Amino acid sequence: MKILVAIKQVPDTATQVKIGAGGKAIDTAGITWIVSPYDEFAVEEALRVKEKRGQGEVVAVCLGPDRAKEALRSCLAMGCDRAIHLNDPAWTAADTLTTARALAAVIKQEQPQLVLCGRQAIDDDMGAVTAQLSEVLGWPCAAWIMEESVDADGKNVRAARQVEGGLEVFDLPLPAVISAQKGLNEPRYPTLKGIMGAKKKEIKDVKASDLGLGAEPPQLSVVALEALPPRPPGRVIQGDVATAVKELVRALREEAKAI
Amino acid sequence: MRLTLTDEQQMIQTMAREFAESEIKPVAEELDREERFPHETVKRLGELGMMGMTIPERWGGSGADAVSLIVAIIELAKQCASHAVILTVNNSLYCEPILTFGTDAQRERFLTPCARGEKIGCFSLTEPQAGSDAANQQTMAVRDGDHYVLNGRKIFVTNGREASTALVFCQTDRAKGRNGVTALLVDKGTPGFSVPRTEEKLGIRASDTAEFLFEDCRVPVANRLGEEGQGFKIALATLASSRIGIAAQGVGIATGAYERSVAYARERKAFGVPIGQHQMIQWMLADMATTIEGARLLTLRAAALKDAGQPYVKAASMAKYFAAETAMKVTTDAIQVHGGYGYTREYQVERFFRDAKITQIYEGTSQIQKLVIAREVLGGDA
Ligand SMILES: Cc1cc2nc3c(=O)[nH]c(=O)nc-3n(C[C@H](O)[C@H](O)[C@H](O)COP(=O)(O)OP(=O)(O)OC[C@H]3O[C@@H](n4cnc5c(N)ncnc54)[C@H](O)[C@@H]3O)c2cc1C
Repeated sequence: MKILVAIKQVPDTATQVKIGAGGKAIDTAGITWIVSPYDEFAVEEALRVKEKRGQGEVVAVCLGPDRAKEALRSCLAMGCDRAIHLNDPAWTAADTLTTARALAAVIKQEQPQLVLCGRQAIDDDMGAVTAQLSEVLGWPCAAWIMEESVDADGKNVRAARQVEGGLEVFDLPLPAVISAQKGLNEPRYPTLKGIMGAKKKEIKDVKASDLGLGAEPPQLSVVALEALPPRPPGRVIQGDVATAVKELVRALREEAKAI
Repeated sequence: MRLTLTDEQQMIQTMAREFAESEIKPVAEELDREERFPHETVKRLGELGMMGMTIPERWGGSGADAVSLIVAIIELAKQCASHAVILTVNNSLYCEPILTFGTDAQRERFLTPCARGEKIGCFSLTEPQAGSDAANQQTMAVRDGDHYVLNGRKIFVTNGREASTALVFCQTDRAKGRNGVTALLVDKGTPGFSVPRTEEKLGIRASDTAEFLFEDCRVPVANRLGEEGQGFKIALATLASSRIGIAAQGVGIATGAYERSVAYARERKAFGVPIGQHQMIQWMLADMATTIEGARLLTLRAAALKDAGQPYVKAASMAKYFAAETAMKVTTDAIQVHGGYGYTREYQVERFFRDAKITQIYEGTSQIQKLVIAREVLGGDA
């Protein structure tokens, strides 16, 4: 079974994000880039499906600038068989729909039976690509999946997601798109062998024209990034316990209107 | 001169860092307190291909270069110095000499399982009367047909209790002094080979340090590494290389203590401001950052020389000496930055301080490193 995993390269979770000079993008100086954690669940799940079936191919795909190759190489080190890098100046300002269309075009060429993504990328937390991608493809989609199993003949996938107080279980005919939620699995560390072998695996560069796509202006354009106002300092209520509690209750009710 | 890591070295560094932070850091304190060998995490290091990092794949290792080994050891030592030494002893003091001096049959039997991390190896040179003066070997091996009969006592063997096989140095011809030293691979379970005790230690308490007793222990001649009388040369060549790993351990210990100090200096307040705003704290942090960077570069340089096939004995001794002294100084200051809390077990720098001390002692004390460096500097005159 061929499985395609769409991943995004995002700033490390420990990054202190600063708004860049133009006010429309973040300042990327000094940022460490990683594979978005939810996408790592997707990669891990794809590898497990392949390992369980004893055969198959896992292809990692990423749309992003030159540096995104590092993210793809991490996926190869984890065990993906090959990678496709959608890298073209035409995609510099790509919004989620442009990204979904580019991914759909690759998927039409590659014809995987299963597409896995993370439930959202942890940089802008938009979470739209999976849905848009399935829509463009006309494929069924199950999002925020915590459990998954492909049936023996590779025709259907059973997927479960957490809902308030329980699990919701679906059957989807393949091909289908699934997005991974935390809890789906515990991603492996790349082994030394995987890391050393990654450079021998193919990362194919693909341009928009290779997919028959033209340059389309994004339909979503960023107007401004605004920093949150700094948090006002906390307040310590002084005095003996009885008075302090009274004052706390009053402040919560009258000032914060929290109770 | 290239001062950046390759993509591959960076990926190894990232993997080692993530593993150390997620899997080792949470257990390090308990292992130290209970003086317990970390079987579970060492097994996982083996599965990741870390226990025989620089050994070729053909012999069960990962085929990584010395720089990769160094960056990985630094990451482990930033969380737990014991894991760092368990790994470097297996990789550099046990696997590497078998790779370099062993026959294919010996590599198959003694190297491959340890390079895969399925078993652990150790290196047993030190004796009660042979520490810095390592050539003064008293353990005797007397040839008897296809066997050597081994008698004597070895001490301070890292991984000694846990190892399946020991690389043991002994005398086969006392009259020849250092040219009479021979290296034997001795399996645990060989009659006459016992481990009477392990040490209770100040630091690296999750790593076992064992005593070996050999009483008429019969070792097949086929287990001899290299030729009779070649043992001391094997020991010196092995130590020169593995010293870079101990330097890396020192860099890692220092870095771990430093990072914790920076975090503490930001959060702890005294006289109304974070202590990091007091100039004397800043001074300590600046000294830490600078000496650590120096030690790191010396260590990476020694490893890079080794990878390039250049002479590296002096570079390795400089790195080991400077990194060990740096680890001791930085961990001392790290406790100072933490004040009274640093002296307790709460902030871990106390463990780093205890762990740092050994880097000045094993694989050649700081004094012995200076001797080696001076000898290299003065050439034949010293
Ligand atoms: C925890 C631990 C783990 C160890 N692991 C191993 C291991 O795996 N395998 C192994 O074989 N050994 C191991 N050792 C032994 C270690 O390498 C020796 O302890 C070390 O080489 C010093 O030898 P020594 O203890 O006999 O000290 P000594 O040689 O007695 O030295 C005592 C002091 O005298 C100084 N000194 C000695 N000679 C000179 C000189 N010529 N000039 C100036 N100063 C000098 C030393 O620097 C030191 O300060 C380990 C030791 C410890 C504590």
